[in-house]
Amino acid sequence: MSNQMVKGNTAVIIGAMYAGCDCFFGYPITPASEILHEASKYFPMVGRNFVQAESEEASINMVYGASGTGHRVMTSSSGPGISLMQEGFTFLAGAELPAVIVDIMRAGPGLGNIGPEQGDYNQIVKGGGHGNYKNIVLAPNSVQEMCDLTMKAFELADKWRNPVVVLADGTLGQMAEPLVFPTEAIKPKIDETWAVRGNKETMENLITSIFNDFNDLEDFNFKLQEKYAKIDAEEVIVDEYQVEDAEIVLVSFGISSRIARSAVDKGREKGIKVGLLRPVTLSPFPVERVKELADKGVEFISVEMSNGQLLADVQFAALRREGTHLVNRMGGNLIELKHVLAKIYEIAGIDEEIDTSKRSEEKASPNIID
Amino acid sequence: MSEQTNKDYEEKIRRNPQSLLEEYPRKGTNIQSTHYCAGCGHGIIHKLIAECMDELGIQERCVMISPVGCSVYAYFYFDCGNFQTAHGRAPAVATGISRAEDNAIVMSYQGDGDLASIGLNETLQAANRGEKIAVFFVNNTVYGMTGGQMAPTTLIGEKTVTCQTGRDPDYAGHPTHMCELINTLKAPVFIERVSLANPLKIRLAKYAIKQALTVQKEGKGYSFVEILSPCPTNLKQDVKRAQEFIENQMEKEFPVKNFRNNLYTKEPVIRPESDFTTESLDKIFNVSRGKSTGYVDDDIKPLNIKVSGFGGQGVLSAGLTIAQAACAEGKHVSWYPSYGPEQRGGKSNCSVVISNETIGTPVVDDIDILIALNKPSLEQFSQDVKVGGTILYDAKIGEFETDRDVNVIAMPCVDIAEEHGNARTANTALIGALTELSDVLKRESYENAIREMFASKPKVIDVNIDVLEAGAEWIKNNS
Repeated sequence: MSNQMVKGNTAVIIGAMYAGCDCFFGYPITPASEILHEASKYFPMVGRNFVQAESEEASINMVYGASGTGHRVMTSSSGPGISLMQEGFTFLAGAELPAVIVDIMRAGPGLGNIGPEQGDYNQIVKGGGHGNYKNIVLAPNSVQEMCDLTMKAFELADKWRNPVVVLADGTLGQMAEPLVFPTEAIKPKIDETWAVRGNKETMENLITSIFNDFNDLEDFNFKLQEKYAKIDAEEVIVDEYQVEDAEIVLVSFGISSRIARSAVDKGREKGIKVGLLRPVTLSPFPVERVKELADKGVEFISVEMSNGQLLADVQFAALRREGTHLVNRMGGNLIELKHVLAKIYEIAGIDEEIDTSKRSEEKASPNIID
Repeated sequence: MSEQTNKDYEEKIRRNPQSLLEEYPRKGTNIQSTHYCAGCGHGIIHKLIAECMDELGIQERCVMISPVGCSVYAYFYFDCGNFQTAHGRAPAVATGISRAEDNAIVMSYQGDGDLASIGLNETLQAANRGEKIAVFFVNNTVYGMTGGQMAPTTLIGEKTVTCQTGRDPDYAGHPTHMCELINTLKAPVFIERVSLANPLKIRLAKYAIKQALTVQKEGKGYSFVEILSPCPTNLKQDVKRAQEFIENQMEKEFPVKNFRNNLYTKEPVIRPESDFTTESLDKIFNVSRGKSTGYVDDDIKPLNIKVSGFGGQGVLSAGLTIAQAACAEGKHVSWYPSYGPEQRGGKSNCSVVISNETIGTPVVDDIDILIALNKPSLEQFSQDVKVGGTILYDAKIGEFETDRDVNVIAMPCVDIAEEHGNARTANTALIGALTELSDVLKRESYENAIREMFASKPKVIDVNIDVLEAGAEWIKNNS
């Protein structure tokens, strides 16, 4: 069948391979290792390239090399490994190379633990490496999107010659859902106008991020900003659920948006006008839509598994801090429905006691199968 | 000689090899001269490499990687595909290029700080993988571009701006011997150290470079050439002293010799072509086109199931079987695994949500049907079972009572499984019961799911299907 029960991490590799990804370079780290395992299994089956690199620094630089040849290439990792890759991100952005990086976020800072978190938001959405660059960031919230948005990531990377990050977490990686397979496999065309392939056609080309002349580098920086402005204008994707008449708007991405969606249903059962705004692209961020809703006077609740990193973007887009709220968990804990509901009831003025004092003892599974 | 012949001769001698540009437009200003200091070894090495590229007829296939260091601008000069990379990462970048473009001849040109300090890991790992790349290591015992700091290869007693009284091994260690290090690895095909101390040695250096590039031309694997090279500026030497320094001091520390040459015995490394066809991918992922796709629009009441027990009891796979059955019927379904605070041998559970519409949270808090295989999880999750819901548990756990309005069934699932010869299928007996407790999914869907789950172990399929049926029978007769 073309729909199968598939785990999120496997769906990433399925999406990548149907998108015509030719090379995978990666280094083990829980909870992203499964993507590496699946790549090592499936890539060689169709003659594609897989290398287990010696470090995340090496992985991202292998990506840099292979991407410079014009092939579709990717890597995956989790927080600590992504931190190591930041040098590579800025070099990719500086050399305007397309690449796809999948970040299966875990809890930090430091080694933290292997539970799910969304604390990589800033280092991915705001840059993370040095210089005036941005990544394009896609945030799936289902197994289907783990596949589809990985495919989309390759398309956007090529279109804008820019690194694209698929930002997910351990829960999405581990859960299984039906996957409708891509309708067909893509054989990407290599753009020889800039690639360096070791052939006559591309001999003149140079992959570099060096501009010795200060004015040249400034001009390049302005050019990059123009590109980002175009991306802002053309590539925002936002998913809305019951937002039209909502007075309370939850803003959430990834796995926490799934829980937020259930909270919307529960809230609506109580007659509360609550909706969910889910940025599918975190960069570009749906600034205009948030502003529209802000102008209508809605209350925002940022539902996130980080310390208000998403909230800050909501406030920035809304151009106000009043009427913006945070429901968050950190440390590897999944958002619980009751926490979101309690905040919705509080804002809606509904007198219903929800005991939020007890922390769930359940942990999202990193990579265990019995 | 006539004046004309003289001029021709001079042009022939002085002109650059074809693989070096005649002028350096990428340099911006002053396109006639290089950016290297007078007396620097880089210019010589560039010319030797370019001459070898010409002589081997490989210019079009070549990709030169410029590192960070004085040779950061090697791309000003080489007339071939060029990459510039981050500090120390050239061998990783080279790996990426070489794997993506099997026919490319990839050269990594690096200095001592780049290769032996910040990039030592990438250097050794690429060598150990036997990547099809040629590494040219320019060893002049000092950081050049950053202003003459101590390098990994700085000699004992040698003065630099960061070891101003001379390198002291008690504080700064000993010079790093890269050829010797790489020679401990099995994969490299060619390893040689050469010197630029005098014209004869320069000729020998060229021969080693040519061998290293021949290894690449023939696709045989990794080659490494270390070149002892002068840095008159940072070492504050004139021509004579630079030459003496290389011959009398560097060559003593770093013996000039061939360490390995398997050019003539090593077979080429052949890598396959990438296959981008839909057919091949469909085959490896077992996708059969044309059959049912997507979701079926049945109007069903959402069903929240939690399967729980100890790790190793087949809790997660039981949940997956249920989810597979739902998937096959075109239902929306999610399967979410979770574990208790103890990661090994502890509690394990999974949530399965079956619905006719997009599923919100995949974590089941309000349980319709709880399947419990051990006492702790029975006690824990029974609290979360909805009024009117069902608790189905392994009778071996013992008596369980609740004052809540839920349907409690103790099932001898282990006995049922044992009757069919395999106690490990107790979880399947419970799924059998589920087929009767809920009519959301058809029995045959569960059977198909079992066939799929155990596709790699066909022996256990029949047992599981028998146990599934026995579980269903038991529930019919006992409720």
